Amino acid sequence: MNRLWKLLALLLAATLVLAACGDDDDTADDSPDVGSDDDGTATEDGAEEGGSLVVYSGRSEELVGPLLEMFEEETGITVEVRYGDTAEMAGLIQTEGDNSPADLYYGQDAGALGALSSGGRLVELPEELLEQVPAALRSDQGEWIGLSGRARVAAYNTEALSEDDLPDSVLDLTDPEWSGRIGWAPTNGSFQAFVTGLRVLEGEDGARDWLEGMVANEPQAYEGNSAVLDAVAAGEVEVGLVNHYYLYQYLVEDPEFPVANKLFGGGDPGSLVNVAGAGIVDTSDNQEQALELLEWLLSDTAQEYFAQETYEIPVVDGVEQAAEVPDLDSLTLPEIDLDRLEDLEGTLELLNEVGAL
Amino acid sequence: MTSTLTDPEAAATAPGPSSRPRRGSPLLTLLGVLVAAGAALPLTYLVIRVSEVGLGQALEIATSDRALDLLRDTTLLAVAVTAAAIAIAVPLAWLTTRTDLPLRRTIVVITALPLAIPTYVGGYAFVSALGPRGLLQERLEPLGVDRLPSIYGFRGAWLVLTLFTYPYVLLTVRSALRHLDPSIEEASRTLGRGRLRTFVRVVLPQLRPSIAAGGLLVALYTLSDFGAVSLLRFDSFTRVIFTRYRASLDLSSVAVYGLMLVALTVVVLAVEQRTRGTEQYHQLHGGTARATSVISLGRWRWVAFAACSALVLVALVLPMGVISFWLARGIEAGEPLRLTTELIGNSVQASLLGALFATVAAWPVAALSVRRPGRIATAVEGLSWSGYALPGVVVALSLVFFGARVATPLYQTMWMLTFAYVVLFLPQAIGALRSSMLQVTPSLEEASRLLGAGPFTTFRRVVLPLVRSGATAGALLVFLTCMKELPATLLLAPTGYRTLATQVYNASVEAFFARAAAPALALVVLSALPMAALIIRDNERS
Repeated sequence: MNRLWKLLALLLAATLVLAACGDDDDTADDSPDVGSDDDGTATEDGAEEGGSLVVYSGRSEELVGPLLEMFEEETGITVEVRYGDTAEMAGLIQTEGDNSPADLYYGQDAGALGALSSGGRLVELPEELLEQVPAALRSDQGEWIGLSGRARVAAYNTEALSEDDLPDSVLDLTDPEWSGRIGWAPTNGSFQAFVTGLRVLEGEDGARDWLEGMVANEPQAYEGNSAVLDAVAAGEVEVGLVNHYYLYQYLVEDPEFPVANKLFGGGDPGSLVNVAGAGIVDTSDNQEQALELLEWLLSDTAQEYFAQETYEIPVVDGVEQAAEVPDLDSLTLPEIDLDRLEDLEGTLELLNEVGAL
Repeated sequence: MTSTLTDPEAAATAPGPSSRPRRGSPLLTLLGVLVAAGAALPLTYLVIRVSEVGLGQALEIATSDRALDLLRDTTLLAVAVTAAAIAIAVPLAWLTTRTDLPLRRTIVVITALPLAIPTYVGGYAFVSALGPRGLLQERLEPLGVDRLPSIYGFRGAWLVLTLFTYPYVLLTVRSALRHLDPSIEEASRTLGRGRLRTFVRVVLPQLRPSIAAGGLLVALYTLSDFGAVSLLRFDSFTRVIFTRYRASLDLSSVAVYGLMLVALTVVVLAVEQRTRGTEQYHQLHGGTARATSVISLGRWRWVAFAACSALVLVALVLPMGVISFWLARGIEAGEPLRLTTELIGNSVQASLLGALFATVAAWPVAALSVRRPGRIATAVEGLSWSGYALPGVVVALSLVFFGARVATPLYQTMWMLTFAYVVLFLPQAIGALRSSMLQVTPSLEEASRLLGAGPFTTFRRVVLPLVRSGATAGALLVFLTCMKELPATLLLAPTGYRTLATQVYNASVEAFFARAAAPALALVVLSALPMAALIIRDNERS
């Protein structure tokens, strides 16, 4: 009768041991105290060399994990990272209030950065850091900085269409000839940021007209960029509105993937460039180390990593890029203050009203 | 560990519903109230958030067309999924416990396994296989099928949720069937009733509490699930709460929806309470029921077998096939597998802690409800369920709020994560424990005490052996669900604590499906193994 509990206790003990001597020795993740009360007087081994840093990352570990490890190795600063959704990680900092253990917030949407900034949770960054990046790709208040760029594109099925079949502006996809042939992801953050951009660029009425025209064309709605790409590849739809870089990952896994990207260019709202960027949290006790990380993320090493590993657009000049990926100079960016992408609620309301959600 | 021993002890000595209360059992009540208070934290947080909005505006939101549509659609989905899960699980449980179904022991084990598949993995597999232009359509193309009917929306969400939750009912009903006293059925048969009538009039009524317990888990899981409804694009409360929260980073605007979900939970609980009825279900004699005679299915044997195989094909082979396909493609492309002992160790450790503490916390709640029903017991049980139907992100954020402000030393520790798991999944342990406690007649405990055994001995020698299978089944359910849990793990685990589920999330969110495949497979297998072992052991014992 006691066998069950003995077994459970044994299993628990075994996993505790297993976790304690797990393969990663940098995070003492079995200790119940880790990360609870980090008040700057860190006593971890890393502290002797360069201190420690807690990053809340809305970017996936698959994308930025190796990069942050490189930083740890180069500087001796211990980086602990909490990975999650961009919006949820920003919300986490808001909910934690003054006791937030986060030093640096790293998100992949200017809107979430703008929301944290207007919530008073980010500190102003020094001018010499900010000016390394084009003004269009950072906060006007200087509270966050873009670290890599991501362009909106139209991904099309190469078996059904050639690039010339597509219109020159995303605004023309409302033409009835595209009825039933378009896929989009109206619940996805990147898409919503694009619609917010559209509202800023074309005005509320312009954005509403476009959305109504699109809805009239009965687009297929998907959960995210990758689901849209899957649908485009499967021929479920012929064109999908997505971020530019997902495609390249698919091409690595399957070189025959029948999809290509079309950049609208020429300042068209369809090629809005959003950023993945970061800011330093106001309650941080490790602002110096956080600043060091920001500077490092603008270094050539890090920017080349973005260009070649995540297929994003570097934000500093002179970085070599993967051949297929657009570079900043060839893109005529729509003129927009990215801080204004913050008003997602208005976008959601609009999407609701036109029946896109 | 002392609390584990004291609260069931209290349960054991508490008077049964048949006898007049001899004296109050303040300890049991106190423990129950404590558990309920902890479980009610998310509810409290929602009330705080709603009060920021103001009552007038909150009512306006709650009665808006949008909210009422959501209420209707979400209710419909929960009802449809629960009905379908019961329709699959009850015959399946009967076939595998009472008949000469071919390979029935194997079938028992594998038909329970879909529970180990997270809906965010299973849902994706369904979309890629059964989507309008998915893998199935590709196969059918030579036959002239150029587009399958859309699986998105209600139908798809219903199908996926049914296939990955029916085992909740299967497990509870099977356990009840195996402990039913066969002499009642035999009496019915001797008195001239046919097999079907005996099942409908004698067996089914006795299964009601277990069907209700399993159905309750299915219904409330459906209310809180995000994976299936988001991938299959069905607007339920949970999906809308996620989407809106992500857009506004402000829970106030969706807290009203959250409270409406809790209200829906109360209704579902009330329905379950009515289904439970007031009858007593305990056996006339103690110990395990005698084995029943095996019913010969005759020519229906192979029909039943084919039906079971079809179920396994759709609910298990298909999703596992899709994950294996990703894995194979990933290995071919030289992708890293992303499977380490750290991930496995962390997943198992966190889930074991969750299962253990949820079972311990469930004990006073279940004991109160079985042995001392009344207003306090109803309130305690109701509050204990409130976290289960809420979306994981709401529960997690409310614990972030309390953790970062009040329980600061515990914030972002394993204890906080364990606490979140208990709040989220406590009802799974309560349900299983409660059904098995119902079958223990209080007179057995009384006899033990009269014969001079102390409360501890009575608990150890009389009660525990009788409810052990229920407690184990409950702990196992919690373990499985913790293994798959995502939002609370991402928000509350110690920083840098990676699990299999977070790894699947990290890889798949950026479309690295090949890198998600190995941890996803490991997650399913690690959850499936203990479940299979438990079922096999149970089979051997009977």
